[in-house]
Amino acid sequence: MSTVALTSQTLRETRYWLLRYRRTWRGSIVISVVNPLLFLIAIGVGLGQLVADPQALPGGTYLRFVVPGLLIAAAMQTTYVESAGPVFQSIRGRHNYQAAAATPMWPETIFYGHLVFIILRVTVTSLLFAAVAAAMGALDPLRGLLVVGCAVLVGCAFAPCVAAMAVRVHRLSTMVAILRFIVMPMYMLSGTFFPLDTVTPALRWVAQATPLWHGVELARDTAVGTATPAGVAVHAGYLGAMTVVGLYFARRNFRRNLYI
Amino acid sequence: MTTDEILVDARDLVKTYASGLRAVDGITFQVRRGEAFGVLGANGAGKSSTMRMVACTSPVSGGTLRVLGGDPDRDGAAVRARLGVVPQEDSVDTDLTVRENLLVYGRYFGMRWADIKRRTTELLEFARLTERADEQVGNLSGGMRRRLTIARALINDPAIVLLDEPTTGLDPQARHLLWERLFQLKQDGVTLLLTTHYMDEAEQLCDRLIIMDGGKILVEGTPADLIARHSTREVLELRFPAAEREVAAEKLQGLTDRVDVFADRVLLYTENGEETLAAVHTRKVTPLTALVRRSTLEDVFLTLTGRTLVD
Repeated sequence: MSTVALTSQTLRETRYWLLRYRRTWRGSIVISVVNPLLFLIAIGVGLGQLVADPQALPGGTYLRFVVPGLLIAAAMQTTYVESAGPVFQSIRGRHNYQAAAATPMWPETIFYGHLVFIILRVTVTSLLFAAVAAAMGALDPLRGLLVVGCAVLVGCAFAPCVAAMAVRVHRLSTMVAILRFIVMPMYMLSGTFFPLDTVTPALRWVAQATPLWHGVELARDTAVGTATPAGVAVHAGYLGAMTVVGLYFARRNFRRNLYI
Repeated sequence: MTTDEILVDARDLVKTYASGLRAVDGITFQVRRGEAFGVLGANGAGKSSTMRMVACTSPVSGGTLRVLGGDPDRDGAAVRARLGVVPQEDSVDTDLTVRENLLVYGRYFGMRWADIKRRTTELLEFARLTERADEQVGNLSGGMRRRLTIARALINDPAIVLLDEPTTGLDPQARHLLWERLFQLKQDGVTLLLTTHYMDEAEQLCDRLIIMDGGKILVEGTPADLIARHSTREVLELRFPAAEREVAAEKLQGLTDRVDVFADRVLLYTENGEETLAAVHTRKVTPLTALVRRSTLEDVFLTLTGRTLVD
């Protein structure tokens, strides 16, 4: 397929998702502002008061430390929510994927089009999160844009992997179980809320193997100005590799499940 | 009007799934331009698998298939661009409006907005949904959603419309309205390829049909031709109290060439139902009810497989 045809078909699918989103965008924007505001007040400001030596943390205050972690963890969560249920419903509930597959659209372009929408959602929610954090003085606005870039990278890494699973499973409860037993522990334990040098070496090793930790580290180093070329290469390389692997399996699974 | 131009040409077509199930087992058939071609069979006969291969959304496992002159494996997108597909399960988006569903679908075919809008107006009229155009699809009845699915399948002015069990799950009124719309398409010269397990649907709509069972074609022909070849002109249906059915059936043996005994009725295949009913009475057999009817495709299926079409 030519690049023009691929882009054109991808945008057709993205447009479908944007049309659906037209009904709910106001509510989701409000949530995207209110959620980070509450999190930053409750955890960053409230819980931060209890931190004994905040100057020792990257960023100098607990709020500045936790903001990049929360933003990246929220990006991962948004990606999961936007990729798991909607992809599952599209093939097992509404059958809108099958409807599109009966036209000149290809399974790959159906996936790409949905992926573009998911990444758009992650980008917008991360931008709003960064704007709230910047307004509270917890994030430098310019560095905040780079942190949003890190969030988009996290979205690109997670979305294809989650979509590849969601298009294949036969029960939505499988995706709910993955959220409960894999995504949420990752959210809590990947250095989002506390530095990993406070935990046991074994737990640290596990946390550092997770994609979320790489995203959080990349964003935190970017936000507080401690990024090094080697660190950026390792973290971005990890997330980039995960994106490539996810894209391979998503394309394969979309084709296998739409062309049965 | 039917022409000799072959739009679907399937030869020794096979579909085997990863599980090893051979759903379609070497079938050969052709669909000509302008005809309404039916694939009749019970659940699991291989109808939907056949339809998916023709729709270019299921790879062919064996044999050859040409749809509109193209090879589904090689020219899938180009062929699909000229097909209209009405799947077995509704796939219209219930969160969007009727009009939005048509707009989205038109875009999938790469149609220009102006063309989609013009076509949408025509199709809303055809599907009798003009009044509901801006209503959310979730508020529509099952019959209306089905009509919308058919309208959607026509958005690209397709050369063939594939309908997989188009009226399954609809109430009789909705089904008749849908038949009327499909008949209109036939009148307009649209080529229809439809699967069904309703013999009355096949008889009403199909110019020609195949009956499938276990992935194979049992017979092919026009509905009238199949009935003439594989059943008698009339059928006498008798119902008895459960306790008396076997005894009564015993007494009726030999009255006609063929007597079928079911859990709820006894069928006698005959050229003259009234005469046979009189003969039943002379044998001192008194059924609860007696019905003389003409033979249908259901009887053809029964003759060929020993089973009824709808379980």
